[in-house]
Amino acid sequence: MVKHLRAALVLLLAMTLLTGLIYPLAVTGLAQALFPRQANGSLIERNGRVIGSELIGQTFSHPGYFWSRPSATTAPDPKDPAKTVAAPYNAANSGGSNLAPSAKALIDTVKQREAALRAANPAAPAEVPADLLLSSASGLDPDISPAAAEWQVARVAAARHMSPEALRQLVAAHVKGPLLGMLGERTVNVLDLNLALDARWPMR
Amino acid sequence: MDANGILLIILLFAVVLALTPVLGGYMARIYDGRARWLAPVEQGIYRLCGLDPDCEQHWTGYAMAFLIVHLLGVLALYGLMRLQAFLPFNPAAQTAVPPDLAFNTAISFATNTDWQNYGGESTMGYLVQMAGFTVQNFLSAAAGIAVAVALIRGFTRRSARSVGNFYVDLTRTVLYLLLPVCLIGSLVLVWQGVPQTLQGSVSATTLEGGRQIIAQGPVASQMFIKHFGTNGGGFFNANAAHPYENPTVLVNFIYMASILAIGAGLTNTFGRMIGDQRQGWALLAAMGVLLVAGAFATYWAEAQGNPALGFLTNMEGKETRFGIAASALFATVTTATSCGAVNAMHDSLLPLAGMVPLVNMLLGEVVIGGVGSGLYGMMVFVLITMFIAGLMVGRTPEYLGKKIEAREIKLAVIAILATPLAVLGLGALAMLTPAGLAGIAAPGPHGLSEVLYAFASSANNNGSAFAGLNGNTLFYNVILAVAMLIGRFAVVIPVLAIAGALAAKKTVPPSAGTFPTQSWLFVALLVGIVLVVGGLTYFPVLALGPVVEHLALASGTLF
Repeated sequence: MVKHLRAALVLLLAMTLLTGLIYPLAVTGLAQALFPRQANGSLIERNGRVIGSELIGQTFSHPGYFWSRPSATTAPDPKDPAKTVAAPYNAANSGGSNLAPSAKALIDTVKQREAALRAANPAAPAEVPADLLLSSASGLDPDISPAAAEWQVARVAAARHMSPEALRQLVAAHVKGPLLGMLGERTVNVLDLNLALDARWPMR
Repeated sequence: MDANGILLIILLFAVVLALTPVLGGYMARIYDGRARWLAPVEQGIYRLCGLDPDCEQHWTGYAMAFLIVHLLGVLALYGLMRLQAFLPFNPAAQTAVPPDLAFNTAISFATNTDWQNYGGESTMGYLVQMAGFTVQNFLSAAAGIAVAVALIRGFTRRSARSVGNFYVDLTRTVLYLLLPVCLIGSLVLVWQGVPQTLQGSVSATTLEGGRQIIAQGPVASQMFIKHFGTNGGGFFNANAAHPYENPTVLVNFIYMASILAIGAGLTNTFGRMIGDQRQGWALLAAMGVLLVAGAFATYWAEAQGNPALGFLTNMEGKETRFGIAASALFATVTTATSCGAVNAMHDSLLPLAGMVPLVNMLLGEVVIGGVGSGLYGMMVFVLITMFIAGLMVGRTPEYLGKKIEAREIKLAVIAILATPLAVLGLGALAMLTPAGLAGIAAPGPHGLSEVLYAFASSANNNGSAFAGLNGNTLFYNVILAVAMLIGRFAVVIPVLAIAGALAAKKTVPPSAGTFPTQSWLFVALLVGIVLVVGGLTYFPVLALGPVVEHLALASGTLF
């Protein structure tokens, strides 16, 4: 028994040192040397200030920007820390809605979102793409589908006083995937697209 | 369903199939003691531990070592979480984890379950993530593999007293298998965008002038072992749906392949160690049939769209880059194995698509299964299958030349009944008590599914969740931890006892009456037994949960 205890205890300590400190610190060192941009979160800076991460979505509500997907992330309620309040794209507390497909709450929320989207996009096609109506798993989805970008073109073009056709070309240039032409979905990174928009057709 | 989605499924299984003999052969070298390229480190560890690596253990000693390593692991992890406020590598100044949550989490990671009643980025400092969770990810995976190897030795040895040395098997698994692969794999992940830094959160000023705090951390080093060791505990609350944990389609594919790699490879290791690789392929075929069926069933069910929203594509709880196909496939893979990482929120899957992950777990995590645990779990079913086949023709059952007798069958039945007792017994307790009912988020049949999923996941050491259930209460923290302990030890100890009993037996040569266990007939019988045992045990509760929800949803009823 004492022999077991000694062996197990020393083994646990050795493994903690090896797999819990040496391994992650070695990976950190190598990662920082080889891929510093990715290792530090793929951050994007503009005028020397961090404006976000290429991989982390953010909230857009101005008509002149493409909008991200709905996000179900929350934050502690400032009035009562035991409760939470909605805080879309809270990158310090990721998560989804976890609503069942049969939940009234989900169906009602979708109806509200649809009404709000239609009001803000009177010239858009009748059918709203699914990813604009339903919230993502992480609440931080950086992407929308090409269909969801296309759906917003009329609104963004009008707000920026530009031709929808030119905007469509910009969107097309920002469509990524699928991998090797076959794996995965086609996506548009919303922050990338909006940055390109600001660079070429600044808001007046 | 579209061609790209089907291609993804086929490509994944082709890659895993190609990896199986490679990894299987390498693992056979490890456990035969032929892999020696890290001998100086290995010998150093044994010397520190006061171990003679050539001194083998009786199955009881092996089980004792297994228990003590787990006990010490739980204590160390509990201590780290309770004391993290005073420890380094904690830039966000996370405070002590409450006792009941720390208790649940420590047992969860030590048993390879990785059920999480907390949000990683809002609760745990980097030291807990590295020296706590990452260590347990390695050790719990290695311990599972060690038990599988001990069971294989039960078949290969004749009239033997010992089944190997647990400490040696554990050390060799970490040194020769897990650590080298994770070191290289982690760097691939970083290249693809998974962060690896000790700096704290970043404060960004968004394009529209808002403030966004972006949590960071040593993510990549934990991510690779999380999948490769079928652990599944996320660095972030959203787990592998978080763009930092799983930024690209390529990373997602690597995760799925690595989740399956060791479990599939061990079937080949088994074949090599007993000297007949076809026996291993037969086991993999039985697992593969169930896996492929599950993958297509989930994909088909999820691709139908939500009838309550005019069959709108069900993107709720899914990421754009993964879409329906890669989310449904990941859900199948992570529950067929005991991984439990998620790249989509299972709670928001359509009822029938959510039922497949549930069934995968309820079958006892034998569809590939967890690393090691999948193989020994399936072996238990093999013994039952051979027993039933023997009854049918009136012969003493034997497998690989070992007579299967009353003792082995009794032990196998204990291993098979332990998890249903935990799932249905403890689950019923939750449904009957106010404390249990208080955690349910969804009214109606989906609420039952949430509770069933929690107990299925815990008792089978999976760790994924229908996360609407609020598990961070005293009641659930304790009862789910009990389910995890039953799922780990009430299976492993009988399995080791079987290993010991088999090792002690002589081998009988095959005769004309021996049932060939590398045949398709055997595969079909094995799959049938797995499905019948699971079906008889769980059909009623599945009918009341996901099946009722599906019928209600189709007829327009909401809850």
